[in-house]
Amino acid sequence: MAAPLTLVLILSVTIRAVLFRSSLAELISERVEVVSPLNAWKRVVEGLALLDLGVSPYSGDVFHETPLVIYLFHFVVDYAEIVFMVSTFEFSGKYNLFIKQKYALEADRYPHDCLELMRSPKEMHYIPLKVAMFYLLNPFTILSCVAKSTCGLNNAVMALFILSTLKGSALLSAIFLALATYQSIYPLTLFAPGLLFLLQRLYIPVNPCRSRFWFFTVQYSVMFIGSLLVIVCLSFFLLGSWDFIPSVYGFILSVPDLTPNIGLFWYFFAEMFEHFRFFFICVFQINVFFYTIPLSVKLKEHPVFLIFMQIAIISIFKSYPTVGDIALYMAFLPVWSHLYRFLRNIFLVSCVLLACTALFPVLWHLWIYAGSANSNFYYAITLLFNVGQILLVSDYFYAYLRREHHLSQGLYLRRKDGSEATLVLK
Amino acid sequence: MAALSRKWDPLFVLVLGSLVFSCKGDVLKTSNDRTESISATKIEESSPQAADLGDLRQSDEAESNEDRKAFTPPPPNDQFQEEMVIRPLYSGDIYASFQFRTQWDTDFLHDGKKVSHYRLFPKSLGQVLSKFSVRELHISFTQGYWRTMQWGQPFIPSPPGAELWVWFHHTVTDVDGNWKELTNVLSGIFCASLNFIDSTNTVEPSASFKPLGLGNATDHRFLRYATLPREIVCTENLTPWKKLLPCGSKAGLAVLMKSEKLFHSSFHSQAVHIRPVCKDWQCTSTAWELRQTLNVVFDLYTSGQGKKEWSLFKMFSRTLTEACPLASSSKIYVDVTDNPGGELFDLSPSSPLISTAVVLGDRRTYSVYDLTKKETFGQLRSLNLLLRWKGESDDMLRPPLHAERYVSGFGLQKGEIHTCLYNSHPYRAYPVLLLDSLPWYLRLYVHTLTVTSKTRENKPSYIHYQPSKDRLRPHLLEMLVQLPPHSVTEVTVQFERALLKWTEYTPDPNHGFYIGSSVISALVPSIVAMDTNSTRDRPLFSSFFPTKEESSYFMRVYTEPLLVNLPTPDFSMPYNVICLTCTVVAVGYGSFYNLLTRTFQVDEPSAPLAKRLANIIRRLRGVPLL
Repeated sequence: MAAPLTLVLILSVTIRAVLFRSSLAELISERVEVVSPLNAWKRVVEGLALLDLGVSPYSGDVFHETPLVIYLFHFVVDYAEIVFMVSTFEFSGKYNLFIKQKYALEADRYPHDCLELMRSPKEMHYIPLKVAMFYLLNPFTILSCVAKSTCGLNNAVMALFILSTLKGSALLSAIFLALATYQSIYPLTLFAPGLLFLLQRLYIPVNPCRSRFWFFTVQYSVMFIGSLLVIVCLSFFLLGSWDFIPSVYGFILSVPDLTPNIGLFWYFFAEMFEHFRFFFICVFQINVFFYTIPLSVKLKEHPVFLIFMQIAIISIFKSYPTVGDIALYMAFLPVWSHLYRFLRNIFLVSCVLLACTALFPVLWHLWIYAGSANSNFYYAITLLFNVGQILLVSDYFYAYLRREHHLSQGLYLRRKDGSEATLVLK
Repeated sequence: MAALSRKWDPLFVLVLGSLVFSCKGDVLKTSNDRTESISATKIEESSPQAADLGDLRQSDEAESNEDRKAFTPPPPNDQFQEEMVIRPLYSGDIYASFQFRTQWDTDFLHDGKKVSHYRLFPKSLGQVLSKFSVRELHISFTQGYWRTMQWGQPFIPSPPGAELWVWFHHTVTDVDGNWKELTNVLSGIFCASLNFIDSTNTVEPSASFKPLGLGNATDHRFLRYATLPREIVCTENLTPWKKLLPCGSKAGLAVLMKSEKLFHSSFHSQAVHIRPVCKDWQCTSTAWELRQTLNVVFDLYTSGQGKKEWSLFKMFSRTLTEACPLASSSKIYVDVTDNPGGELFDLSPSSPLISTAVVLGDRRTYSVYDLTKKETFGQLRSLNLLLRWKGESDDMLRPPLHAERYVSGFGLQKGEIHTCLYNSHPYRAYPVLLLDSLPWYLRLYVHTLTVTSKTRENKPSYIHYQPSKDRLRPHLLEMLVQLPPHSVTEVTVQFERALLKWTEYTPDPNHGFYIGSSVISALVPSIVAMDTNSTRDRPLFSSFFPTKEESSYFMRVYTEPLLVNLPTPDFSMPYNVICLTCTVVAVGYGSFYNLLTRTFQVDEPSAPLAKRLANIIRRLRGVPLL
């Protein structure tokens, strides 16, 4: 197990090192798919330059990182090394996911014929390796890393949150969740799955009538809010002003920068009628957060899958998505390898995603450099890419629910008359 | 060594800043002591003018203001001068510069009393000055770009488009509010689009624009500077400008201003400068000075079949017959420096009056035509100056400083602005202040700023940078760069082109966006000693920028405006985009909603129609169902 892991690690480090030294690095670092106004390395450098000039980096509209990040880079020059570290962190985070799977395996209250739905210990054994490979060797992660996008940092914090949650450490989990929320407010929605998982681990039923449930919920919330306050106040004392609040969170929520990216926001708000603008911004932002409630109700027994769903929804519907965000939820896919038999259109979706990935640079070139296409071309491909992602995620959701149904009802269902039954959603 | 020089740099900024324009009394005194020995400006002209003028003015008032006889006539506390300079340029073009100066000995800022009697000073401007507590106002409208390398230096530089900069009085509390109202009022007065000046193109330069008049205000919170590089200047701007003159366009030099000729030129610039000045050389009392200038460059060389000759009639399709009766002096200067012996060109009618003045660091000789004298107009009672070239002129002296600017890079994602500063002085290095005000939609990366001269890095000793705020505030970049002698200094900075909302584009978005000129201000080493006495009677064109020291003079250079393309959305399909994006969001919402609200059930197919029909019949018949 350790040997192939080391191999993957060495391979991924080599790829990144080679790309860093090649002439491609500069090209990649300016691709709009890879960096967004929030996490572009060029803007971090600009923020540092402004700090050196004695100007507050938040007095302008170029720098939108959080104060902790800028002070981190103020002292750490060798950034490339950090990103490598981040990637490995990431990997170790995923490494421990299999604990959860073991846990699932132990519950043998399922009907007998579902045995083939369960995973053999051998399969389980290789999941961490697969996760590591999926993350470290994913071209999206590599691009994001070579572009020095600070998205890698956010992913690392999220991975640490998942890791500490799975290990059952409530305090660490709350701290890392606060850090992730502080970086980009969207991970706030991961509060629900984090809490659900910890409750499950402590064998506390999710029951509003029980005081233990409330006790733990309040405890976890206090830890989360407390660490968030500490982090925010720390940045206030580092910076000496509250300027970063509108410049970071206002920027994420009100979407003033319409630089093209792979998301849905930029062209929509570039073409929006001015008097509907505020309404649609509210609708689009609520859309990201809203799914938490029904998903938590539906998946309250399966918090790890809920984490996956939340991360995927955030990366699809957030205001400035990059390919690094997509890589994060794609790293989860090998964990759900047992769902493959229930996926309906995985072939189509993977073709769409691959084709879009190839078409992004082509249509960008045609629009921006060749002038032979216009913005609609690039916009069309972002639409298709997002439809592909939505189909992928909803397909996994479908497969997961269906597997759960089969686990409780048996794999080979019969009609009343004994013929083979088909399952439908009703 | 380098460290030492860097230490002195901030000090230098201060020295330069205070030297450029401030008008302190002690400096003035010392310079006055020296004036005897310098005598840089020497004007041989008659003194009986004043007596003449007094008569003229009184007779004029008697004629025109008969109905006002009932009032006590106000003391003549204002005076008006008009002047035109004609300079044949080396390129064969003709540069004509008009200056009209109205001086008004009143002080409505300090006295606090309301001024209701206006004589020569235009009431519309006077009211604006007092209402908005304006200390200094400079506004210019320019069509075309001044080509410094071909034409030399202009008397008063101006950037293409409209430029407005105002110093407010330090008692003003709401400077931005005053500025907003002022631009709208001026927009009405000059029939220009100055109402498009808002917070997105207004900056507060910290060092480049010091007051030109009295007072050494250094608090740049009371300064506002804005340019509209796209402003097109035409007849509708000229007419209100002419109306501000005491004689209008009825008499004096202003009769030459026919718009069909003025706008058929390579360069046209009209400006209004208002500032407080000293009334006398001891500066015991102050006065308001209104200077209206109009600069025009005619391309008579190419339109005249290659013949280098010009006359007033050819240029303006008018000749002069009289001076403005209200003017205390009315003169035409023709630059004859290069023609000392008359071998290069003939000027007719020739004038006995010759004047020398130190202009822009060089001693120039002018033929002077005094329009207040009857004999100037000769027998025909009209003056039509005529100049015929006989020989070829030699090369022009290169101006000591000039600049150019361009955008490099391709595509619509990013670009780089290059500003090249040329110091042509053979052995003197001098510092220049470079001011760049860029709109927010060019996202400037100040960490990419490089300054190189002679292939070596030339670190600016002073940088003032104010980053932009989206849709609120432009970038402001000011720096002090030392230009080595005989060198080119290149300043580059990278930017990113933003995608705007579809309503933020101009009506012709693919034409591009105009970016205003950079402003380069410098104290340039002078060839001859400058005249430092600001109150002496000098030709108007030589006394606009006050000079503090003899060895250098102030010079301002504007670069070309830039035209930058931005990526554009498709303007024809906002509805489609809204529908399509909402559809995608709905696909996401719909599929999740579907999975969240429904449960899996075994599909019990209903019986086919024929079977159901048969069962109904069978039930009626009482036989077992199928």
